[in-house]
Amino acid sequence: MRGNHVVAESAVRAGCRFYFGYPITPQNEIPEYMSGRLSKVDGGVFIQAESEVASIHMVIGASMAGGRVMTSSSGPGISLKQEGISFLSALELPAVIVNMSRGGPGLGNIAPAQSDYFQATRGGGHGDYRTIVLAPNSCQELANLTYEAFDLADKYRTPVIILGDGMLGQMMEPVELPPEVQIKKLPHKDWTLTGAKGRPSRFLRSLILDPFEEEEHNWKLMRKYERITKEEVRWETAFADDARLMVVAFGIAARIAKGAIKRMREEGLKVGLIRPISLWPFPYKAIKELTRKVRHFFVFEMNMGQMLEDVKLALEGNGEVHFYGRPGGIILTPLEISRVISSYYYQKKIG
Amino acid sequence: MKKVFSRPKSLKKTPFHYCPGCGHSVLHRIIGEVIDEMNLQERIVGIPPAGCAVLAYFYFDIDMGEASHGRGAAVATGMKRALPDRVVFTYQGDGDIAAIGTAETIHAASRGENFSTIFVNNGVYGMTGGQMAPTTILGQNTTTSPGGRKEKRDGFPINLSEMLAVAKGSAYIERTAVNSPANILKTKKAISKSFRVQMEGYGFSLVEVLSPCPTNWKMEPVEACKWIDEVMAVHFPLGILKDVTGDKKDAH
Repeated sequence: MRGNHVVAESAVRAGCRFYFGYPITPQNEIPEYMSGRLSKVDGGVFIQAESEVASIHMVIGASMAGGRVMTSSSGPGISLKQEGISFLSALELPAVIVNMSRGGPGLGNIAPAQSDYFQATRGGGHGDYRTIVLAPNSCQELANLTYEAFDLADKYRTPVIILGDGMLGQMMEPVELPPEVQIKKLPHKDWTLTGAKGRPSRFLRSLILDPFEEEEHNWKLMRKYERITKEEVRWETAFADDARLMVVAFGIAARIAKGAIKRMREEGLKVGLIRPISLWPFPYKAIKELTRKVRHFFVFEMNMGQMLEDVKLALEGNGEVHFYGRPGGIILTPLEISRVISSYYYQKKIG
Repeated sequence: MKKVFSRPKSLKKTPFHYCPGCGHSVLHRIIGEVIDEMNLQERIVGIPPAGCAVLAYFYFDIDMGEASHGRGAAVATGMKRALPDRVVFTYQGDGDIAAIGTAETIHAASRGENFSTIFVNNGVYGMTGGQMAPTTILGQNTTTSPGGRKEKRDGFPINLSEMLAVAKGSAYIERTAVNSPANILKTKKAISKSFRVQMEGYGFSLVEVLSPCPTNWKMEPVEACKWIDEVMAVHFPLGILKDVTGDKKDAH
């Protein structure tokens, strides 16, 4: 199954009944799939909106009404959605936003890149907020994380971003799809706007004119973000046990790096991999703990060095960090990146 | 003694913050009356705008969800599609609907989205202090059209309702005013019809309400009401612009 189709099908199986989007490459297979799939599902709604701005606000409307809702786009379109993502965060509304990112800035190109790391992990829009960011590296993980994203969004009443890239969206792999949830069995939401039948009326707002009240709202969000930081950090390691050099990479770059590490292992180089799966919350502690055994960290990203900053924050000055990045949609092969890493390995006389 | 006048059930017991002579207060009240009369309090959701009426959720005792500036039509689209058996309305000002939210509004109308819009046209950005709006008429003085709006410098005002009447998906568009008892009554009827149009599934409906803003127009309230008749309504003529229901003209 193609990555973009996996996202769409998994979303429907997670109970997503509302999809609002706007075409942009390389994620067009998501709205295309959703348009057909949701028309066959009871209560399913698909709208090709007039813009990304409109689509994210349709997301807000359906989320206020209590639905499981998703939109998807790529770099330039995600920039346009930032207004709505800020509002989703302020209004504490669940939603899933998929970014199949591409080369940037500006229109950039449609080749796979990881140039939107900062945008995704630093809030992205105006105001003091964070969004959960999940970075899959295979079609199977696209399925699992998309499915989970809806639960996380509902659990914390916050938008969740799936940060993929053009390659993940386009590549085809066999996938075991998650089971379909029963919408009626999903946890009840006691804050939705559905008409005040048999209960006092409610309102959802993000305008809080009193600075003390707004501060309290900010602290409330902060406490939620702290809870997420404690409970939802995800990462995985490979070849870590005896590693003298740890590669840090996320998403598809980690997949390529893993191939490279396998090659280097065959040559006897003690290289391991740590792959942050949740980019926010970032696995700071897991990386810090590696410094007990490892001194050298090699950050590989398909950008000019964005996650690099989080790795440095995690290391708190411990260890040595080396960065290699290829922005603009360049895709390295495992062989190419293995040459870069092993040349650094020998240069530093790590082995 | 018989009670002949009271607060609508769907309005909270909160005093309005609006300026003296402002049209919002009257409009809130008549929307409240319509909600009561049509027995909609338990099945209606309102979308207030960014602008003077942003605090509408403090006044209406109904479910309300705030939209960001201009996005009311998109939020209402998502909401109504999720709740097809509820009544959904947006409440939007002229800057909100006819400048920043033009795309959302025109496309919602074109798709025939089945919700109602109350479009409050007072020709200025009220909340931010009286700047030029897309509906500021030629010659009208605002803080960003000093000396009066000039077409060469500032462009022409937009007749949004006429544009929306052209859209194939719109069902009912009427322009009214709240500057006299007769016009207030007509506005109330138009709002009630707009909700009915929605409940009967005709598609997009909108009531544009010419509304006084004495504070930013720098006029006395009475003068402001007169100005609507004598100047504003010349540029924005009152009346039904579109009605696909087949009702007789005065039936509502």
